[in-house]
Amino acid sequence: MSLVTTQSAAEIRARNKELIEETLKVYPEKTAKRRAKHLNVHESGKSDCGVKSNLKSIPGVMTIRGCAYAGSKGVVWGPIKDMVHISHGPVGCGQYSWGSRRNYYVGTTGIDTFVTLQLTSDFQEKDIVFGGDKKLIKLIDEIQELFPLNNGITIQSECPIGLIGDDIEAVSRAKSNEYDGKTIVPVRCEGFRGVSQSLGHHIANDAVRDWIFDKNGPDSKPEFESTPYDVAIIGDYNIGGDAWSSRILLEEMGLRVIAQWSGDGSLAELEATPKAKLNILHCYRSMNYISRHMEEKFGIPWCEYNFFGPSKIAESLRKIASFFDDKIKEGAERVIEKYQPLVNAVIAKYRPRLQGKTVMLFVGGLRPRHVIGAYEDLGMEVIGTGYEFGHNDDYQRTAQHYVKDSTLIYDDLNGYEFERFVEKLQPDLVGSGIKEKYVFQKMGVPFRQMHSWDYSGPYHGYDGFAIFARDMDMAVNSPIWKKVKAPWKDVPKPKLLAAE
Amino acid sequence: MAQSAEHVLDHFELFRGPEYQQMLAKKKAFENPRDPAEVERVKEWTKTPEYREKNFAREALTINPAKACQPLGAVFASVGFEGTLPFVHGSQGCVAYYRSHLSRHFKEPSSCVSSSMTEDAAVFGGLNNMVDGLANSYNMYKPKMIAVSTTCMAEVIGDDLNAFIKTSKEKGAVPADFDVPFAHTPAFVGSHITGYDNALKGILEHFWDGKAGTAPKLERKPNDKVNFIGGFDGYTVGNLREIKRILELMGVEYTILADNSEVFDTPTDGEFRMYDGGTTLDEAANAVHAKGTISMQQWSTEKTLPFIADHGQDVLAFNYPMGVSATDDFLMALSLLSGKGIPEELARERGRLVDAMTDSSAHIHGKKFAIYGDPDLCYGLAAFLLELGAEPIHVLSTNGNKAWEEKTKALLAGSTFGQDCNVYPGRDLWHMRSLLFTEPVDYLIGNTYGKYLERDTGTPLIRIGFPVFDRHHHHRSPVWGYQGGMNVLVKILDKIFDEIDKKTSLLGKTDYSFDIIR
Repeated sequence: MSLVTTQSAAEIRARNKELIEETLKVYPEKTAKRRAKHLNVHESGKSDCGVKSNLKSIPGVMTIRGCAYAGSKGVVWGPIKDMVHISHGPVGCGQYSWGSRRNYYVGTTGIDTFVTLQLTSDFQEKDIVFGGDKKLIKLIDEIQELFPLNNGITIQSECPIGLIGDDIEAVSRAKSNEYDGKTIVPVRCEGFRGVSQSLGHHIANDAVRDWIFDKNGPDSKPEFESTPYDVAIIGDYNIGGDAWSSRILLEEMGLRVIAQWSGDGSLAELEATPKAKLNILHCYRSMNYISRHMEEKFGIPWCEYNFFGPSKIAESLRKIASFFDDKIKEGAERVIEKYQPLVNAVIAKYRPRLQGKTVMLFVGGLRPRHVIGAYEDLGMEVIGTGYEFGHNDDYQRTAQHYVKDSTLIYDDLNGYEFERFVEKLQPDLVGSGIKEKYVFQKMGVPFRQMHSWDYSGPYHGYDGFAIFARDMDMAVNSPIWKKVKAPWKDVPKPKLLAAE
Repeated sequence: MAQSAEHVLDHFELFRGPEYQQMLAKKKAFENPRDPAEVERVKEWTKTPEYREKNFAREALTINPAKACQPLGAVFASVGFEGTLPFVHGSQGCVAYYRSHLSRHFKEPSSCVSSSMTEDAAVFGGLNNMVDGLANSYNMYKPKMIAVSTTCMAEVIGDDLNAFIKTSKEKGAVPADFDVPFAHTPAFVGSHITGYDNALKGILEHFWDGKAGTAPKLERKPNDKVNFIGGFDGYTVGNLREIKRILELMGVEYTILADNSEVFDTPTDGEFRMYDGGTTLDEAANAVHAKGTISMQQWSTEKTLPFIADHGQDVLAFNYPMGVSATDDFLMALSLLSGKGIPEELARERGRLVDAMTDSSAHIHGKKFAIYGDPDLCYGLAAFLLELGAEPIHVLSTNGNKAWEEKTKALLAGSTFGQDCNVYPGRDLWHMRSLLFTEPVDYLIGNTYGKYLERDTGTPLIRIGFPVFDRHHHHRSPVWGYQGGMNVLVKILDKIFDEIDKKTSLLGKTDYSFDIIR
């Protein structure tokens, strides 16, 4: 067990503050001032975490963030399975984001489904010099010819598009007319826009609004009969099947899921969503925009939920049910009851192995707060967390509903800071991304990728919780960690041992 | 409910259960799905010569390319120098992508910084980002050198690295004598192998030609050393170690340029080594004095080698030498250049590879192969297959050029086993899909993305190339040298035997051929 759990909150707070001060010393003065605003120790009762967020990353610090293209193509649009998503520009962006996010789907890839294809205009120098619109026009024709069953096309702009003055909107309109009103969506998600993935989410949301909702109007599709229990899952990317292990619970409680945004989603589902009675929003960060829009324009209420870990799942099922009648409320209770034996068995098996273990998180989207409950269900404690691209409303939600007093908070963390913090706090587990994974494993710290679920998952829902618990146990309690030091070099740390 | 704490079902089992299958079937109704018969018809149509013709007529659309962009190669080359931090000037998301891409292949950390240019920098240029970025990197990560390259954003707006670095030094971002070599690496020109070439040339130019006008140019005083360049190589860890062993066996004095074999294979022992190994900066500078330079990949060093030749060295380029003859040629050239003999130990290793090939060639002889990858890798693999009596049928390189096409065709023309082979420069894996349907082969050799082709066409995939994300640790074993040839041979044979077993394992149906000895 870690040293930290034996300290009082005041001691921890003092230590964390000192740690921040120490860490800032490495920076040139200007940078230290800027970074200081993104690091804090949480004080319970405060309405937010006391850090600045959604500001530009500082050059040269090794930020962990990505770009707007990653937010649009990689997160929001890429999983829409029956549309062809063009990485418009040079070859790299599409190549590096090809198939790496594990947005599961069912379909015949390359025929009526296109998620794991890398389609790009592969810009050459002449496209930069003369512009890429002509190439784009031809490219859309070629998609139509080779992929006749595609239900729509999106154009995901890479950096050069906005810099060379291409008019992808005009191309989209013209080609849409030519192809009988086909849905063709230009997305201005050039990587230099904004400060992180986050603006890409927003731009992608706006593109749905402008090029799908506005195109169809609220009374066009769908062709199915509405029911009072129609809901849409918003902000679940079906990583490792997350949306499926969520959907099953909603349907078991009596709701009907008419759309998934966007994991395993389709254009028809996007179009049908204005018919939903309630939008339920998992990743607030990436899809609050469209949820708010649907509330304003179509009067659809939305509610945030959290399907990580049984405590939050039960809370969320009841919260969702509260929007409906007794039939659904009873359904929620029935679902909670049905899965209780599984929950009990998982906790009985894994909690004794994980009790008191400490965790540091640094992830994107909803996870820096949403997974805390799941760890706590297993008796683990999150001692540090932060958002890659969060905004102040994320930190408010984190402060008000999730983190404990004295938790170390870090926004837009970089490689240097993360290493220092982990080195000092010695958590039993770090949850972050692929770029961080091997750094900490080299240091002998157990690690799980909390973007891709380390190629595991699903982690959502009750079925996912069993996998989550198993994975955290295998990370923390792998016998390998005892082998990190060569026995002839292994000097015991007396203080650490005394604390156990 | 199928899930249990006792036997936790993973995604590949969980969703197969009836509850999820019913749920997914019901979901279909909301998807506006295509008529299954129509899906089937189109699927079959994509396998036809007619579709192939349309597919090969593409002019604008690239589908599943087997190439990445320049800065990836620049980062790969830069970390091969001692204490060197790659610094990519431009948008920050790119750097997140390179780091992820390299980490997913090597299962190692990949350290690299960005100057994080955003919209204002797009308008005013990225000078301030460069100045602040260099200062921050220098203070935080204590590099011995910062190697600068560019994303396409910085290239489109025309940022001048030479001037920016000079100004940064004047503003005190880094000390005046701190090494900051640079290379312009536009993503819309060439591929990752071009970026490797540009970055390596940039670093050598920096040390040899007067550090951007801040130091005298080095005067070459020829010595007995040989420089060695691996090129962009997914097997860099295993290969460079093998090459060092060979060079040491031969007693050749050498400098490996861009030696990233340590930084992509650091131990787990409680310490994270952001930098490890690498060509020292002194070695990089002194490499100008070598008597000659050998590149293992002609198309990874198209600019670097002529640059070195201009400094008076003999230069020699290979095409990813693999197997017996290519390794023979490499060793004899090395011997000629260095004046050192080839020791008996290597002759014995050669004999062992030939021995293994005689033992196993019956299983490979006449088998048809499709290959794709970087141009040199394709060439090297094709040459080895020809030695084994295998028949390459399709050789495809998205980043292969006209010269590569001609050279590869000449290789194939020189062998009885290469007569039915076509060479495809500039084509992608969707073209390969059509090729595999219309002119099927027995085996496909390529990187991880080949698994989509394996799924669609049923052609068994042998994973050799970059990136390999879905199999672990292969980059730690060499594919160069006679021992590397042995590794490749075993890898190919394993797949062949596995396939035979798969085809003969039905109890009571096909298992008369389920032989215990093969």
